[in-house]
Amino acid sequence: MISELFSVTVLVGILASGIRLATPYLYAAIGETFGQKSGVLNLGVEGQMLLGAFAAFYVTFTTGNLGLGVLTAMIVGAFMGVAMAFVTVNLHAEQGISGIGFYLFGLGMSDLLFQKLLGRVETVKGFQAIYIPGLSDIPGLGEIFFKQNLLVYGAYLLVPVAWFVLNKTTLGLKIRSVGENPDAADSVGVSVAKIRYFTIILGGALSGIAGASLSIALLNVFQQNMTSGLGFIAVALVYFGAWRPLGVLAGALLFSMINSLQLWIQVLGIPVPSDIAVMMPYVLTILVLVATVSRVRAPSALTKSFEREN
Amino acid sequence: MKKFAWFLTLLLALSVVLSACGTPAATQAPAPVATEAPAQPTEAPAVTEAPAATQASAAEPFKVAVVMPSAKNDLAFSQSMYDALLRVQEEMGADQFQFVFSENMFVVDDAAAAIRDYASQGYNLIIAHGSQYGSSLQEIAPDFPKTSFAWGTTVDTFGQPNIFAYEAASQEGGFVNGAMAATLSKSNVIGVVGPIETGDAKLYVDGFKAGVLSVKPDAKVNVNYIGSFSDTALAAEAANTHISAGADVLTGTAQMVVGAIGKAKDSNVLWFGTQSNQTSLAPSIVVASQVYHWEGILKEMIALIQSGTLGGKSFKADLANGGEVIEFNPDSNVAADAQALAETTIKGITDGTITITLP
Repeated sequence: MISELFSVTVLVGILASGIRLATPYLYAAIGETFGQKSGVLNLGVEGQMLLGAFAAFYVTFTTGNLGLGVLTAMIVGAFMGVAMAFVTVNLHAEQGISGIGFYLFGLGMSDLLFQKLLGRVETVKGFQAIYIPGLSDIPGLGEIFFKQNLLVYGAYLLVPVAWFVLNKTTLGLKIRSVGENPDAADSVGVSVAKIRYFTIILGGALSGIAGASLSIALLNVFQQNMTSGLGFIAVALVYFGAWRPLGVLAGALLFSMINSLQLWIQVLGIPVPSDIAVMMPYVLTILVLVATVSRVRAPSALTKSFEREN
Repeated sequence: MKKFAWFLTLLLALSVVLSACGTPAATQAPAPVATEAPAQPTEAPAVTEAPAATQASAAEPFKVAVVMPSAKNDLAFSQSMYDALLRVQEEMGADQFQFVFSENMFVVDDAAAAIRDYASQGYNLIIAHGSQYGSSLQEIAPDFPKTSFAWGTTVDTFGQPNIFAYEAASQEGGFVNGAMAATLSKSNVIGVVGPIETGDAKLYVDGFKAGVLSVKPDAKVNVNYIGSFSDTALAAEAANTHISAGADVLTGTAQMVVGAIGKAKDSNVLWFGTQSNQTSLAPSIVVASQVYHWEGILKEMIALIQSGTLGGKSFKADLANGGEVIEFNPDSNVAADAQALAETTIKGITDGTITITLP
């Protein structure tokens, strides 16, 4: 049975599943990376995802327009971001507490809207797999990387873009300086408030897409609390990835690949108790975290609100 | 300024928490009464212009409160109880039977608080619809000796005179579903998506496996417990995994399977449901669902309570007593092939010629 794990079908299956499972984590965790790089910890990701998932689903369900669905999810997520930014930047509220408040708001509001507007679990025709011409014919690799839907491709394209913006642009420099030393950034004329508004709103919009990637691309259903803790794992992945987009990608892939491995282990009937199998992704992630991240430092101003001294 | 901001945030967080908790019960409690009885004045029994209300108003309506772990429309465990309560209400009339509910009570502490609140408000019967609520009920029930409680799914009444227990013999419907799945499968690989390997889910899955093997002893039943009742994304990926492994018929239990049903629909793979009727979600692929019809048990409980017995008895829903019904999808083009087999299997289970051996 163990040998079956190494058959081509199974390996391709594990990798293709892992690529899909990592998609929502990537959107949410990359968005969160921007926020944390600028010094804001947003624990409301899960709530933003849930509202985004519902918005995308509802708009797609009523109009049949997938693009409009994604756009609405982005806008809804961005509005959640505006509210989060107002509370943490203008009102200097404690970031962790307000994030949890926004999570609960998203959880309750998405449930309420679902009950009022839909009333029961429905399905939509979501994003279909796009076969990349030529590349999708490569045996094995084609199945894994080039027969996915648009939002899956988008998540992986986002990683290098985020890396470029954070490390190679003036905007990225401003974001990092605001997160490391807001006083210094302020003294050379960078608006700490503007930068933080930007990153939190961007993070919200990306969390909205993360929700949409579940409700109209990967699952094509909406159910209450369907994110089931995904948003919190995304926040953890930012720490895991040491505030670097590529690190986040590595973490998301590791977690998702092991998750799809454990699905296959059970399907192949390999005699591992299911409780142990489901624990595997979490245990291994913690082990890797302990082994690698101890030397990385968080942005100095993370969770600290900024007030200009006169 | 800083203090003020702190206070404001806390206030915001608090109000959000409260509204999130309060939403389900507050917004939906009156709805079930209203939907089923268009002609009756539902909220105010004393309204004079209703002709039918006069003779009935003498008797107090029987009042039930139910606390359930997921949403009332989860197409699974919670919905089975909600639908059953609606059917009881339809039968007894909205002036004789009223119910309220708290859904999404996945936090046991919240559920315990809700159960206590309902008990102190004088409901006749309070249903704790989830095995995780047992220890809370054991603590609360003695404080309200005149109130009747029901707990499921379990057989344990804690020896208390005011607790009823109820459970479903889910392995029976599982066995029937499994037998049908085996005849409809061409690849002879069948996939199962389960939540956690325990209780009702384990019974169903084990029964399903036995059912498949009773028809095709050499068929492969791949079982996947995803470790969660709510992770729809993982349930969907589990379904994908089964399909990649060659499965052409799938089943699954608990509320997160909607993710798996979505995948089955995309890949055009047959689906067998359980707990509630899941046809509406994917009419093209659902063949049949084992549906829990708790109303028979509920009516027995109500009769007992009205004659003064408040608990101490345990009930079991099964195929023989109508507590479990195999409901076919009328639009399925393969259901007819399996229906005859299902009927003989059901007959065999109810008359005892088929015994289901569980591992």
